[in-house]
Formats: sequence, C-alpha cells, structure tokens
Amino acid sequence: MKFRSFVRALCLATACVAAAPVPAQGNLEINTPAIAAVRQSMQARHVELEPLYASGAVGFARDGGVVLRDASGVPLAQRARVNTLIAAENADRNALYREIARANGHPEWETDIRATFAQRWIERAKPGWWVEGQSGWTRK
Amino acid sequence: MDAFQRFSLVLAVTAVLAGCVTINIYFPAAAAEKAADRIIDEVWQLREGATVHTPPAANGGAQ
Repeated sequence: MKFRSFVRALCLATACVAAAPVPAQGNLEINTPAIAAVRQSMQARHVELEPLYASGAVGFARDGGVVLRDASGVPLAQRARVNTLIAAENADRNALYREIARANGHPEWETDIRATFAQRWIERAKPGWWVEGQSGWTRK
Repeated sequence: MDAFQRFSLVLAVTAVLAGCVTINIYFPAAAAEKAADRIIDEVWQLREGATVHTPPAANGGAQ
C-alpha cells in the first residue's frame, strides 16, 4: 500500500516535471513580432536579390550571410545598390539569428542557429546559385 | 522503510529534474533545422508553390 502511494507520487512528480520544458523539444519559437518583422523585410528584399544569386554576383557564405562574389557582371551604376542590398540582408540575418536565440530563452544559441541556417541556405540554394563550401565556392 | 522511500523519491525527482535541465541546455538541432526551413520557405516564397518572378536586376532602384 505504501509502495503504491510512493509510485503514484513518483508518477505525479514525473508528469509535473515533464510538462514543464516543452519548447526545447518540439519547435523553436519563431513567431515573435521582432522575428516576423525581419522575415518580412527579408522576403521583400529577396525580389531584388534573387537575380543576383542567379547571375552569381552574390553567393551564400559559410557563415550564414551573403557576400559579393563577382561584381564583374553587375553594371557600374548598380554596384552601390547591390552593396546596400548585401549589407541590409546580412544585418537582417544577424538580427534573425539573434532574435530566434533570444525568443527561445537561450541567447547563447545564436552561433548554433547561425550555423544551422548557413547549412540550410546552402543546402537549399537553387541550381545555378553560388555557395561557399569547405573547399571554396561552387555553383549548384 | 519510510525513510528509505522518502529518500528514493527525492532521488528520483532530482534525477528527472536534472535530466530535463540537461535537455534544455543542449541545442535542439532538429528543431532549429525545421525553423530554418520554415523561414527559408517564407523568404523565398516557396510556400505558395510559385516563385514570384521579378523584373530583372536592371531596375535595382526600386526601393
């Protein structure tokens, strides 16, 4: 009898404890207003960046950002614009990685989140886009 | 026996708690990958199934 109540108490305690740390297991929180704002801004910018990815002017770096790979195909008049786009995109990406880490209560995850995104951007880059691998730049 | 039961209860709860704390500290790589893919889908507008085709880079002064 005593043992049964012990088991019951143990089950209850386990249930209480198990119910608590849910967010770390399933999905990461990515729906905060700060993250939504960055996502929207990146989506709007993609319209301008996509042709630059396709032409090879801009590539996906290993650090989770984008870089000017080859400016030779970009008309002189547009180079300033392209640099602005790259800087804005990298600022947004940095904010995105930082905000996801913060939204999930672990600011120290920022580096891991950055690495995860870097790998996913590169993995999912469309055919013809340039990505930075361990042994330099390659065209997908 | 009573004291032993109390002791093992405390021990069990501590172990479970410690386990949860450990889970919480490790970076959830699979969840992060899922989150990354969701955001990439959205940024690249892949979710609607159609990529929005945009005027060529030529009119870069749009914004």
